[in-house]
Amino acid sequence: MAKDELSEFHLVGTRPLRPDGLDKVTGRARYGADVSMPGMLWGAVVRSPHAHARIVRIDASKAEALPGVKAVVTRADFPEGLTGENWNLQENTMAGERALYDGHAVAAVAATSALRAQEAARLIEVEYEVLPHVIDVDDAIRPDAPVIREGAADATVPEGSPPNVARYIEFGHGDTEAGFAKADLVRARSYKTEATHQGYIEPHACLGQLGADGKGEMWVCTQGQWFIRQMCSSVLGLEAAQLRVTPSEIGGGFGGKTTIFMEPLSLALSRKAGGRPVKIVMTRSEVLRATGPTASASMDVKIGMTKDGMITAADAEFRMQGGAFPGAPVDMALYCAFAPYKLPASRHVGYDVLANRPKCAAYRAPGSPMGAFAVESLIDEMCRELGLDPLDVRLKNAVKEGDRASYGPTFGSIGLVETLEAVKSHPNLELPLGPNQGRGIASGYWFNHSGETSVSLAISEDGTVQVSVGTPDIGGSRASIALMTAETLGIAYEDVRVNVVETGALGVNEPTHGSRATFASGKAAVIAARRAIAEMCRRAAAEWGIDAEAVEWANGAAQPAGPNAGKFPPMGIEEIAAKMGSTGGPISGHHESVPEGVGASFGCHVVDVEVDPETGRTTILRYLVVQDAGRAIHPSYVEGQFQGGAAQGIGWALNEAYVYGQDGRLQNAVFLDYRVPVASDLPMIDTQIVEVPNPGHPFGVRGVGETGITPPLPAIANAIEAAAGVRMRSLPMSPPKVLAAIKAAREG
Amino acid sequence: MSKIHVTTTVNGDEVEFLADPRESLLDCLRDHLGLTGSKEGCGTGDCGACSVTLDGTLVCSCLVLGVEAEGRRVATIEGMAEGNALHPLQRKFLEHAALQCGFCTPGILVAAKALLEKNPDPTETEVRYWLAGNLCRCTGYDKIIRAVLDAAAEMRQEAA
Amino acid sequence: MVTVNLWSSLERFTGGQTAVEIEAETVAGVLDGLKAAYPGLAPILDTGVSVVIDGEVATGRHASVADAGEVFLMQRMKGG
Ligand code: FES
Ligand code: FES
Repeated sequence: MAKDELSEFHLVGTRPLRPDGLDKVTGRARYGADVSMPGMLWGAVVRSPHAHARIVRIDASKAEALPGVKAVVTRADFPEGLTGENWNLQENTMAGERALYDGHAVAAVAATSALRAQEAARLIEVEYEVLPHVIDVDDAIRPDAPVIREGAADATVPEGSPPNVARYIEFGHGDTEAGFAKADLVRARSYKTEATHQGYIEPHACLGQLGADGKGEMWVCTQGQWFIRQMCSSVLGLEAAQLRVTPSEIGGGFGGKTTIFMEPLSLALSRKAGGRPVKIVMTRSEVLRATGPTASASMDVKIGMTKDGMITAADAEFRMQGGAFPGAPVDMALYCAFAPYKLPASRHVGYDVLANRPKCAAYRAPGSPMGAFAVESLIDEMCRELGLDPLDVRLKNAVKEGDRASYGPTFGSIGLVETLEAVKSHPNLELPLGPNQGRGIASGYWFNHSGETSVSLAISEDGTVQVSVGTPDIGGSRASIALMTAETLGIAYEDVRVNVVETGALGVNEPTHGSRATFASGKAAVIAARRAIAEMCRRAAAEWGIDAEAVEWANGAAQPAGPNAGKFPPMGIEEIAAKMGSTGGPISGHHESVPEGVGASFGCHVVDVEVDPETGRTTILRYLVVQDAGRAIHPSYVEGQFQGGAAQGIGWALNEAYVYGQDGRLQNAVFLDYRVPVASDLPMIDTQIVEVPNPGHPFGVRGVGETGITPPLPAIANAIEAAAGVRMRSLPMSPPKVLAAIKAAREG
Repeated sequence: MSKIHVTTTVNGDEVEFLADPRESLLDCLRDHLGLTGSKEGCGTGDCGACSVTLDGTLVCSCLVLGVEAEGRRVATIEGMAEGNALHPLQRKFLEHAALQCGFCTPGILVAAKALLEKNPDPTETEVRYWLAGNLCRCTGYDKIIRAVLDAAAEMRQEAA
Repeated sequence: MVTVNLWSSLERFTGGQTAVEIEAETVAGVLDGLKAAYPGLAPILDTGVSVVIDGEVATGRHASVADAGEVFLMQRMKGG
């Protein structure tokens, strides 16, 4: 266990083995599909093959006649009268009058084996009346586009807007026209990004059981067991506390497992099948067709810059579709797009547009990568035109504490300048490049998030400590929470066990999303530990017959302090714990809140690429992630978040995209065709952790999970221009598109 | 469809199960033998989460029928450690933090072990190409590759 | 009195103002005060917004705005 000698901490900043590691390298860890129950049935889902169709009739009689089939459910089995997002969730779980996208669930069946359930699903006859559909966001926003849903627009949408606009936002400050007039160079460009999928390797899986008495249980892979509980309860009309949801180990989520898809179907089928548990495991193609991809975007950006690189004004109009339901993160995209820059004047306009595609779910810094692609590309292009160094321009315009953010409020403590300085002095920037090679840089931003949090901590009889948290551990958060708890208590890391618990064992928790697990559950665990410490000090004081205020906690023991210092030997946690039954009973600490003090995180990436002029293929030669972590509790898992975010961004930039046919069907619903980066596509990913501590967290944590996916899209576009002289303004920058651009430039 | 009786060896133990002829070896391992360490990420041979060896050859168990295991030797993640003694690859994966969610880990460990049996001294590029059929969405592969190279170095030293 | 900064497309509901004065001590007071003064905002506030006080998203309706230097209304924030 290496430790920085200068650190004020014993454990924070070290790299111990993760507590769940042994189970995960031996195959023992239990994920969503790994659990079975006595009397269990298997579920299968019937999905629409059409992008948009009226459901005329569903005939399940043949399926029901099949031996071993125990239940069939359709929308008729769900309660009516839901509104708002609850209705959206219900409609997405199971289509009502119309199927709204290719893959939309229309019926589900439970049978005694997986094969039997699949057979039965094929026997369910659905008659459709195919309706006109629309896929692309720029088509969907046209006034004459097929209407996805009448009345979907909320109160933000001005009257007379096109029919598929569901939400509208506009914000800004200052006089942009005057700003553009002051600029030496004004450029306006348009950009497009395609929808991509979170691509977690574990497909959605759940095992649900629901009795006629309304009591139920669920085992499910999710980022948030309370979200599953609340959403399933609303969609099915259950009482939340009657449903106990246990999170499995989770095989990746990236935002995509913060909501429900087929989970309510397992409960509905179970209830109809006399309360027998029903397991549903999605296939990969179901995951791609019917679970949340991210939104696709079409963006216009205009920037004014002086010849020495000062930004004078900015204007952005973003249109995003997030499927057949409102919720494309266009607001977040706009908030983040210019966040690294101090803007004298700005105007931001956004449209959330409906289209015949699956309901988008959150994906790592939702919206931010799209906005960064547009803005960071254009800034690079303008630096090139003005002969300026893109890093210097970013430093010149960088926001600092006390500056007004592009989206309005004033920044507290942030570490953008420190991050950019760290990039500037990084040795990767000095490395020479060969022919057809180029270097690109780009910045990225994410707010980070707090959210409802409950943590409970209990001292065991031998002085070891258990911590119950409600945020599923996706990338090492049990290790970081154990480190912070042990640091606070002054005990060994190995003496703390952190458990991710079911909904029946703790108060409400928001999911592990918004990079919040180490920030929020970590902060709550520290406060819970302090409460337990206060109680242990009281127990020692009573034993010694002195005031509790005259006792301090240090090195895992109560110590007499002040005038009593040295009068009694320290009383260690083991001793206090061993006696607690006779000194007042169990000792624990707990904390429930929406923790204050979230710290935002900026990052900057540098990528070197080589573009093959004959094929248009881009090879990533070298990649550097520099990001402000606030404080790295377990640096290996911070680096892991940086590297994983960068890899997903590289996939989004170069390969990944939803491809639709004329018929509105998804054409690449397998991993062979939806190509995420593989080991041979990538080099090592260099990281540098910047630490500008967040004053709002006891150890300075900011949250690091999301920012890292934002810079790769523009950084790679910028590197491709440096290498091949072509500016790619739509994603993915796949070989055919880059080759076509190279050819056009040669002929042009 | 009537089921077929299959006798095979898994991680050195003789086992029997009844397989529907349509079931994959992965389904049989997971659902009939309770060996859920091998994962299904795709079912189409694209992700490697289901990697096992069949008579010593690395295969995607989702592309092998359960009935094909008759009379063969199957090795899965559950058989990789000897009792409590982890295989060097397993140890190095822990030390290098080469897993985040860990869902890809069993398949990658099985595949990496097969590589090192063939080639005890692979280059970084050789490791990357060998593992190109094993998707990991969390790590960006960096720490996985380092762990494999480090394990290989340690195993060479032990062998020397 | 606190000055609440709105996003500009809300000016349709506030007679063209993007910064409005509300008599309030807490976030709850801000939201209720906005609804009372500008009923057109009610459905938007009800679907969920974030109130940002001095650069930080308020953690609840109880949060004080009494000493706030600046208050911004934003779309609801969360993450992936
Ligand atoms: S499950 Fe076999 S390769 Fe993906
Ligand atoms: S660690 Fe999650 S897929 Fe590899």
